Amino acid sequence: MKSRVYLTFVQSHIREPLIWKLAKEFDVVTNIRMAEVKDGMGLVGLEIDGADDVVEAAIQWLISEGVQVSPIEQDVIEG
Amino acid sequence: MNIVRALKCRECGQEYDIEPTHVCEFCFGPLEVVYDYEKLDGYFTRELIESRPQTMWRYKELLPINGDPTVGAQNGFTPLVRAKNLEKVLGVKELYIKNDSVCYPTLSFKDRVVSVALSKAVEFGFTTVACASTGNLAGSVAANAAAAGLESYVFIPHDLEQGKILGAGVFGTNIIGIKGKYDDVNRLCSEVAGKYGWAFVNVNVRPFYAEGSKSLGYEVMEQLGWKAPKHIVVPMASGSLCTKVDKSIKEFIKLGLIEDNQTAVYGAQATGCSPIAKSVKDGTDMIHPVHADTIAKSLAIGNPADGYYANRVINESGGWAEDISDDEVVAAMKLLAETEGIFAETAGGVTLGCAKKMIESGKLPRDESIVLCITGNGLKTMEAVADAVTKPRIIEASLKEFDLLAEADGVNV
Repeated sequence: MKSRVYLTFVQSHIREPLIWKLAKEFDVVTNIRMAEVKDGMGLVGLEIDGADDVVEAAIQWLISEGVQVSPIEQDVIEG
Repeated sequence: MNIVRALKCRECGQEYDIEPTHVCEFCFGPLEVVYDYEKLDGYFTRELIESRPQTMWRYKELLPINGDPTVGAQNGFTPLVRAKNLEKVLGVKELYIKNDSVCYPTLSFKDRVVSVALSKAVEFGFTTVACASTGNLAGSVAANAAAAGLESYVFIPHDLEQGKILGAGVFGTNIIGIKGKYDDVNRLCSEVAGKYGWAFVNVNVRPFYAEGSKSLGYEVMEQLGWKAPKHIVVPMASGSLCTKVDKSIKEFIKLGLIEDNQTAVYGAQATGCSPIAKSVKDGTDMIHPVHADTIAKSLAIGNPADGYYANRVINESGGWAEDISDDEVVAAMKLLAETEGIFAETAGGVTLGCAKKMIESGKLPRDESIVLCITGNGLKTMEAVADAVTKPRIIEASLKEFDLLAEADGVNV
């Protein structure tokens, strides 16, 4: 599956090569579509392609590393 | 007359055909409906609009559907109330309430966006519609789908209050409660939207859905006598309403329907979920996602999709953003009810409370016209004010007892 997500990095994580680590750790293809670092925050639009369970594990690993992972729609649960 | 040109990426400008899609394939930017306004030259006049029925569809050329609506044909055109009593309390000269707490059929402004989304969904050939919601959106999708004969699925957190489940369930929708943390529930909803061939109103048909909000702005301008207010205060969840009210004003100016009144747009949030207001106050356009913790559930979007764009509208228009505590939300709900007889939901308390704060701080001038957008009905969030409302005084069924009570109140017979 191809998952399209936004990754939000807090300041302490901005200098970490987490997307490189992700591709080393999991059998996924990563494709950065946008990236911005400003005001103590990093934002990356990332496509992650691979087997369903591997993509899911990769996302859970990012979350465990302290990265906020959200769908590119961001919050879809509305009031 | 259909003047819709394309879907256009708000970031890179790439254009797409009119299809049920919402994100740019190149840069992941959100897509927005763009129009060929010049086609309306000499045709779309005040007189034409005024000759039509009083619904949101009197502005149909500026909404992204072909021809007449198939869903929600009666929706919109809610009252704009001159709030004389509130003017005195707040010490302002000219204040109006745009009262979408009485929007047909489910008593929130969501009926506007849902009727556009579902009309478009029917055009695209969808027979099932869906949404993920904790309240107003669920009810609106369920009701409008029922009236249109569409199958609907509503995704909710599994522990949602019974009253809100009832507010959607009564319309015969398929309600799915999802267990798990908010972020996981949110991600699942996105995955469902991507996998099933449904019109997910705030996902794959979001560009059309969001345009429905413009009708609130059009109505305000017409109801003010074809002019824009100097200041308009909008509650912010995703931030979409803020951007669409601004777009509606710019469109009316472009079409020559009103003069440019240099309208400033202001955003209102509850402190427990105020990522957009915080970004405005901090002077940045980066939106730091938060985990929402507020009684204003209908505004509890911690990672708002249109936050960046709402921030930009507020800054470029010369407005401001504010946030208030839950206690202030309740106080403002009571103030609106006791002064104007309007029982708004918690989001209405947020809007009025933030406006009050901005008036007191001088961010909102006292001597120019102000419109407050009230977007939902208080009957849906009664628990928020249950402890703050005066309890009845109980007496026996005896005139003597009431005479004593009346005398104590200083009532003359």
